[in-house]
Amino acid sequence: MSFPWAQEYKPVNPLMRYLDERLPLPRFVYNAVGAGYPVPRNLNYMWNFGVLAGFALVMQIVTGIVLAMHYAANAGVAFDSVEHIMRDVNWGWMLRYGHANGASMFFIVIYIHIFRGFFYSSYKAPREMIWLLGVVIFLLVMATAFMGYVLPWGQMSFWGAKVITGLFSAIPFVGEPLQQWLLGGFAPDNAALNRFFSLHFLLPFVTLGVIILHVWALHIPGSSNPTGIEVKTESDTVPFHPYYTAKDGFGLGVFLIVYASLVFFAPNLLGHPDNYIPANPMSTPAHIVPEWYFWPFYAILRAFTYDFFIIPAKLMGVLAMFSAILVWFFLPWLDNGPVRSGHYRPLFRKFFYLLVIDVLVLGYCGGAPAAEPFVMISQIASMYYFLHFLVILPIVASIEKPQPLPFSITESVLGKDKSAVLRPEMSSTPATA
Amino acid sequence: MVRLFGPLVGLFFAVALFWSFGNGAYVAMTEEVPETAEEMFHKHPEEVAFSFDSAMGTFDKRQLQRGFQVYKEVCANCHSLKHVTFRDLAAIGYNEAEVKAIAKQWPSKAQTFDPKTGDRGERTNLPSDPFPAVYYAGQGVPPDLSLITKARHGGPQYVRSLLAGYAEQEGYKNEQGIELLKKFPDAKTPDGLYFNPYFANLNLAMPAPLVSDGQVTYSDGTSASVKQMSTDVSAFLAWTAEPKLDKRKQTGWAVLGFLLFATVLAYFAKRNVWSNVH
Amino acid sequence: MANEASIDPAQLSGDGVRRRDFINIAAVSVGGVGVLAALYPLVAQMAPSADVLAESSTEIDISQIAEGQAIKAIWRKQPVFVRNLTAAEIADADKVNVATLRDPETLEQRTTAGKKNWLITMGVCTHLGCVPLGASDGEVKGEYGGYFCPCHGSVYDTAARIRKGPAPKNLEVPAHEFTSDTIVKIG
Repeated sequence: MSFPWAQEYKPVNPLMRYLDERLPLPRFVYNAVGAGYPVPRNLNYMWNFGVLAGFALVMQIVTGIVLAMHYAANAGVAFDSVEHIMRDVNWGWMLRYGHANGASMFFIVIYIHIFRGFFYSSYKAPREMIWLLGVVIFLLVMATAFMGYVLPWGQMSFWGAKVITGLFSAIPFVGEPLQQWLLGGFAPDNAALNRFFSLHFLLPFVTLGVIILHVWALHIPGSSNPTGIEVKTESDTVPFHPYYTAKDGFGLGVFLIVYASLVFFAPNLLGHPDNYIPANPMSTPAHIVPEWYFWPFYAILRAFTYDFFIIPAKLMGVLAMFSAILVWFFLPWLDNGPVRSGHYRPLFRKFFYLLVIDVLVLGYCGGAPAAEPFVMISQIASMYYFLHFLVILPIVASIEKPQPLPFSITESVLGKDKSAVLRPEMSSTPATA
Repeated sequence: MVRLFGPLVGLFFAVALFWSFGNGAYVAMTEEVPETAEEMFHKHPEEVAFSFDSAMGTFDKRQLQRGFQVYKEVCANCHSLKHVTFRDLAAIGYNEAEVKAIAKQWPSKAQTFDPKTGDRGERTNLPSDPFPAVYYAGQGVPPDLSLITKARHGGPQYVRSLLAGYAEQEGYKNEQGIELLKKFPDAKTPDGLYFNPYFANLNLAMPAPLVSDGQVTYSDGTSASVKQMSTDVSAFLAWTAEPKLDKRKQTGWAVLGFLLFATVLAYFAKRNVWSNVH
Repeated sequence: MANEASIDPAQLSGDGVRRRDFINIAAVSVGGVGVLAALYPLVAQMAPSADVLAESSTEIDISQIAEGQAIKAIWRKQPVFVRNLTAAEIADADKVNVATLRDPETLEQRTTAGKKNWLITMGVCTHLGCVPLGASDGEVKGEYGGYFCPCHGSVYDTAARIRKGPAPKNLEVPAHEFTSDTIVKIG
């Protein structure tokens, strides 16, 4: 589906015409990310991050496939094979640092993409399905990243695997057998490493599949936009190509500059020194922390320090950590006000900024040692996290008085000049307004 | 339904968190956390400038060779370097013949095993061999040093501070002038361990390896003070941990230069494309 | 562009349009160059790594090989036969009329000058790559006293030249040099 004024693919080249009649792949691309996809003309740079996340995934798949040509998933030699990549394989150091920091860049981009969704309420009807698929993608990426971090088989890999699979042991009755089943043993060892490698290789392709659904679902109502009002006329949109391909090209350049700075000048900045020590089941690192992108959730996990009536603290932590993401699945129904964009929702906006600060605080506490005052701070911050999504958003949605919305997207860009709104063929005429 | 149960779930978590918070706060107010010797006397690594610190910085090969000499004459008695091969030494300025000679003269030999006869034996090291593993009978295996500067917070600064930082525990005072053994009489270093304020729990199993100036005679004439030797060997170990550092930064500048150019170009192309829209 | 007065007339002329298109073409081209540059390490990583290359030459101690004996050494993960020929074997090899051979070569051409007794060949049959017999004690040497490949019955003589069977070429002589009287460096 698309807007009635979407440009139609007209192959000029006879070869393309031949192809179009038999396998209309160029037409598909044209309608998905080409001139055949009309996009609101007012998207700001926050809308670059979806494309960047897709790019980051492709980059991870490419570097990952290459690394898998040299990596050995065996507890005896995994650590050494990573060092072999770093020292002897041609450009191996760049590929491995690229993959490790690529994961961090992927999460930076995803988090911005998600918070853009929060601010502009991109999850609201008719875009719930896009949002739900997005949460599924986030879960898949988290699982993939966690298993990837186990592969170098350093101290943090080993103890990360032990702690995270230990979460499942909190489940009453089936917990311990479940943990042993996950690990294929009583503690992480060869069996666990091998299956993590297998799944780490598989899940990105599953993710890719869900991303295709995510983008498919996006093309039904079309992209949302900073005003949150729907597209009305052709003058509200521009074709994706060349307008947004050009804009994404520039965004990609900025992304790559940040990425290259990390890979070439601070490749271990976001890593942990302990992972350069080979896995040792007999000695735990002084301070176990996951990678930075899990810190907010790790803080929520650790915030439960006392049993709550009959529920053990450990189980509460696990429940809360998973719930912290699962609540996002219900967001379209928790926050169901008519206005989408945070620009026109003064009360919502205040709480949104509070949430941003809250998650940053949680992240900081998750990376800090499990000691006071960080535990108490993360308890307060976790409290706000749950209250924000489950209590505050529904209340705000019902009591808030949104500010007046502009008449149309075109009006929001060009001002209240009727002639501009009514003017057709915006994209084909040279600069005037 | 969601709007009914959602707030209930939210309140449930909030109350459970408040319960933990309240208990924690009560404990924090009523119980005093005792001070520990580790907290009060552990020192952060000294700031030492290395040639490879900055984004432009590269390894100083003369320093790496001096550091290698310290490793060879002192550290190698106990610590292996198993991820590094003799041929890698070419990167710090040794020629092929020198590498061959170093490999040949290395005191511990490569281990061999003949699967036909079951014989175990030794042979001279070849340039393609890694530095042979060191076993220290009855003492356990001291950590391999190949990655030590990447495996410790503070990196080469930490290694350098640790090596040069052994102190006499008797009468040791921290910066606030508090004397360790007066404040914590129980913290006396046990037999077989050695006091070093740069080590996380203040006592480590390694005796001071670099004890006197001139312990190593540098062939380039640099005077071998304990600090100098510690700094040089730390630089050498930074190289063993990250041998591709120079190439990495060099590639990095080329990549960044290209990306900056491409991004500026992309920016103007974007403006150009959008010029007729707003 | 808020009003028409601000439009530069040059931008609307033919020159202006070309200049404006140029920047788009340049940006896309530079992007293409970047993609190609990024492909290079992805391709280069499959070439032999530094540790493999470091073992591309090997030194063999030949002091323990008695006359008439041979050893199998490993070079680039493949067997190399180092054989100390007896006077009779040398005479056998020299007797042959080279013109009648499938792959005409003399023993001189296959050995180092002055070290005619040291026959150094790959232990890889030129037919389909099996390891021929005849290098270790007690192995069948074939009817020409050299090597015999059990896979498809290729027979090599005392200069490791193909005499009978399906193999098209003599056993390959790898590049080698004697660095001393007792050490030969292969590769």
